[in-house]
Amino acid sequence: MIEQLTQEDRKLLRDTAARFFHERSPITALRQLRDKKDAVGFDPGLWREISDMGWAGILIDENDGGVGLGSQALGVILEQSGRSLAASPFVATVLSAAPIISSAGNPEQRGNALPGVSNGVLVISLAHEESPRHAPHQISTRAAKNVDGYTINGKKTFVLDGHVADLFLLVARTAGQNEERAGISLFLIDSSLPGINIKRTTMVDSRNAAHIQFDNVQIPANSIIGKAGYGAEILDPVLDGARAGIASEMLGTAQKTFDITIEYLKTREQFGAPIGSFQALKHRAAEMFCEIELARSAVYSALQALDQKASNTAELVCVAKAKACDMIELVSNEAVQMHGGVGMTDEANIGLFLKRARVAQQLFGDVIFHRQRFADLIGI
Amino acid sequence: MIKLDSFRNETRTWLEENCPPGMRTPMPDDERVWGGKKPVFKHPDAKTWMDRMIERGWTAPRWPREYGGGGLSLAEAEILSEEMNRLGCRPPLFSFGLGMLGPLLLDIGTATEKERYLPPITRGEIWWCQGYSEPGAGSDLAGLQTRAEDKGDHYLVNGQKVWTSYAHHADWIFCLVRTDTSVKHAGISFLLFDMESPGIEVRPIKLISGTSVFCETFFDDVRVPKDQLIGEINGGWAIAKQLLAHERSMISQLGARGGNRLPPFKDMARRYVGDGNGRIADPLLRDLIARELINDRAFESTSKRAMGAAGAAAGLASMLKYYGTEQNKRKMEVLMKCAGSAGLGWEGDEFADDDLVLCRSWLRSKGNSIEGGTSEVQLNVIAKRELGLPD
Ligand SMILES: Cc1cc2nc3c(=O)[nH]c(=O)nc-3n(C[C@H](O)[C@H](O)[C@H](O)COP(=O)(O)OP(=O)(O)OC[C@H]3O[C@@H](n4cnc5c(N)ncnc54)[C@H](O)[C@@H]3O)c2cc1C
Repeated sequence: MIEQLTQEDRKLLRDTAARFFHERSPITALRQLRDKKDAVGFDPGLWREISDMGWAGILIDENDGGVGLGSQALGVILEQSGRSLAASPFVATVLSAAPIISSAGNPEQRGNALPGVSNGVLVISLAHEESPRHAPHQISTRAAKNVDGYTINGKKTFVLDGHVADLFLLVARTAGQNEERAGISLFLIDSSLPGINIKRTTMVDSRNAAHIQFDNVQIPANSIIGKAGYGAEILDPVLDGARAGIASEMLGTAQKTFDITIEYLKTREQFGAPIGSFQALKHRAAEMFCEIELARSAVYSALQALDQKASNTAELVCVAKAKACDMIELVSNEAVQMHGGVGMTDEANIGLFLKRARVAQQLFGDVIFHRQRFADLIGI
Repeated sequence: MIKLDSFRNETRTWLEENCPPGMRTPMPDDERVWGGKKPVFKHPDAKTWMDRMIERGWTAPRWPREYGGGGLSLAEAEILSEEMNRLGCRPPLFSFGLGMLGPLLLDIGTATEKERYLPPITRGEIWWCQGYSEPGAGSDLAGLQTRAEDKGDHYLVNGQKVWTSYAHHADWIFCLVRTDTSVKHAGISFLLFDMESPGIEVRPIKLISGTSVFCETFFDDVRVPKDQLIGEINGGWAIAKQLLAHERSMISQLGARGGNRLPPFKDMARRYVGDGNGRIADPLLRDLIARELINDRAFESTSKRAMGAAGAAAGLASMLKYYGTEQNKRKMEVLMKCAGSAGLGWEGDEFADDDLVLCRSWLRSKGNSIEGGTSEVQLNVIAKRELGLPD
C-alpha cells in the first residue's frame, strides 16, 4: 500500500508543480504549438523535463525505474498541469498505457517499456476506443492466433498522441462478441509494424490523437500482456486510475478558469460599477465555487481510495469523474458568458479552457457513462 | 490506525448492546426527543436510549468531558456517527443547545458561563430556542428592533420575534436584542433568558407540512438579569454570526444524516420504482436517482474535508448550508416523482406510513433553504467572504 501523503508533502509537491508548469509551460506555449501546427503536438523538451522531475514515473514502481508515489501525488501534479493547459503525452502514456504494463507486464515487457517511460524517451499510447463515445468493452478489433503470434485487424479512434507513439498498448479481442467483457486481450506492440496505418487527428483542444487502422498486422506471440481473454480484468482498474487522474486535471483547469473569471468580475466595469457587484453574476459565481469544491472533494476521495485499494474505489471514481464533468461544463460555459464578447475571442485564453474541458469530459467516459456505471455498481 | 480500529470495535459492541431495538428504526417527527424540563418520550425506548448516551457523553461526542461531552477526537466522532448510521440508531437527543448555543459557548463563553449552561445541554435538561428573526428583520437580520434597556440591575426587553422554532416548548431562549438604536450592527447584544419570565407570550404558527414548529414570540417588559448577557454590550453581532455558522453546519447535515425520519433515499426510491432485485428499469428515473446519490457521496466527502480543515469558517459553512439544503430538496422532489400518487396522501389508513411521512417531509424540506439564512443569503456570503466580490 502507498503511504498517505502528509499535508506538507502535498503542499511541497503542489508548489513545485505549480512553479514548474507556470514557468515551463505557460498557456502561450500551447498557443505556439497550435499556431505553428507543430508536427508532434507537444514539446519533447518539456516532456523530458517532466520526467527529470520524476513525474513521468510517478506511478511506476521503483523496481521498474519509477518513483512509485501513487495516485494522490499524481493528482497533485495533474491539477497543476491542468491550470496551465500543459500539453504532453502524460495522459496517453503515464495515466493509461504504462499502468497496464506495471500491473500485468512480464519482466521483459516491463524492462522494455517502463524505464523508457520514466525517462521521458518513450511515448506509449493506449489504442482502445472504437467508437466516438467511451465504451470500454466494445471491442471488435480482432487478434487471431496463428503459429507466429497474432494477426490484428480492426480500427481504433481517439488514440491520444497516437501519431507519435513509439509503442501501442492495443486492446483487441481474442474471443467473444463485441460488447463482452470476456475475450478481450492486451498487447504491447511496435507502432511501426507493417499494416498499421496512422492518421493524425487534430483536436479542438490543440492536442493530437489518431485514427489507427490495422490490416493483417502480424505481431509476435510474446507481445500479449497477461492471459489471453482476461484483458478487461487488467484494463478496468487502470481505467479507473486514469479517470481519477483526468478528473484531477479537470479540477485544475476549472479552478484556473474560475480564478480568471473572478478577476474579470472584479475589474471589468459597466454601469459605473464592477460587473462582479451585480448579484445575478455573484450568485452564479458562488454556485460555481460550491460545484468546484464538491468536485474537489470527490476527486480527492477517489485518489485516496486508489492508493488505499479500497473496495469501493470504482464507485468513488465514478463520483469523481461525473462531478468533474458536470462541474467543468458549468464553469467553462459561465466563464465565456461572464467575459462577454471578449470570451468569444481567440485572443482571450478562456476559449482554450473551454476546449480542453470538453475533450477531458469525453476522455475515459463522460458524465452519462459514469452515472450509468455508478448505478450498475450500486445495483439499482 | 490501530487505536481507531479498536475504538470502532468497542463502539460497535457498545451500540449493539445498548441501543434498544426500537431506537434502530426510522423516526417519525413526533418521536424526536428534545429534552427540556418537561421532556416528552413518545416512544417507550427513547428515555433509556437518551440516558445511556448521556452517561457515555455521546449526546455531545466532541465536547469536553467536564461538561458532559464525550471528549472524542474528530476521527472518533466520525466513527461513532458511522457506526450509529450502520445500526440505524436514532439520534438520542436533538436540541439547538447541542447544535448552536453549546458550540458557541465553547468558543467564546467564560468559565462560569460554560459551567452554568453546558452540562444541562448535554444532559438534555434545558430546551433552548433561538430568538433571531423578527417581522421586519429576516435576511436583513441586523435590522432587528426588539429593545433591551439597561435598568441598572437588569435589562428590560420589549418587542417581537417570529419564526421562533419550538418557542412554545422551550425553557430558555438565546435572543438578539437592540441595545443601541443609533447604529445598526454595532447596537446589537446577545442575551439568554428563561421563557417562564413574566411578560412572554408565544403563539404557534402552522406550517405547510401541517405541524406547528415555530411561533410568534412577544416580549412585554421582560426582566433579564444582567449576568445573562453573553459577550460585550453592543458586541452581539459578531457572536450572532458565529452562532449562525454553527447553525448552518448543523442544517447542512440534516439531509445526509440525523433527521432519519425516512429510510435512506436509495431504499425509498427502490421501494417505489425498483423491481424485485432492487434494479430500476426506467432509465430516466434511474438516471435522476443516480445523479442525486452521486451528489450525496460528493457532499459527504466535502463535509468531512470541511470539518477537517477549518471547522465552521463562514464561507465553508455557507457552502455546506447552501448545497446540503438544496440537495435535500432535490432528493425529495426525485422521491415524489418516484412515488407518484402514493406520495400525495395527506392522511388516513389508505396510505402507508412512509408515504405520508414522505409527503410531509417533502413539504418540510422547502424550509431548509430558508431557515438559518436563505440560499440567496448563503450565496451572498460566499461571494463576499470566499470570492471577495465587490458590494
Ligand atoms: C422552518 C423554519 C424555522 C425557522 N426557525 C427560526 C428560529 O428558530 N429562530 C429564528 O430566529 N428564525 C427562524 N426562522 C426564520 C428564518 O431565519 C428566516 O425566515 C430567514 O432568515 C428569511 O427571512 P424572512 O423570512 O424574513 O425572508 P426575507 O428576508 O423577507 O426573504 C424573502 C426572499 O427574499 C430574498 N432576499 C432577501 N434579501 C436578499 C438579498 N440581499 N439578496 C437576494 N435575495 C434576498 C430571500 O432569499 C427570500 O427568497 C425559521 C424559518 C423557517 C422556514
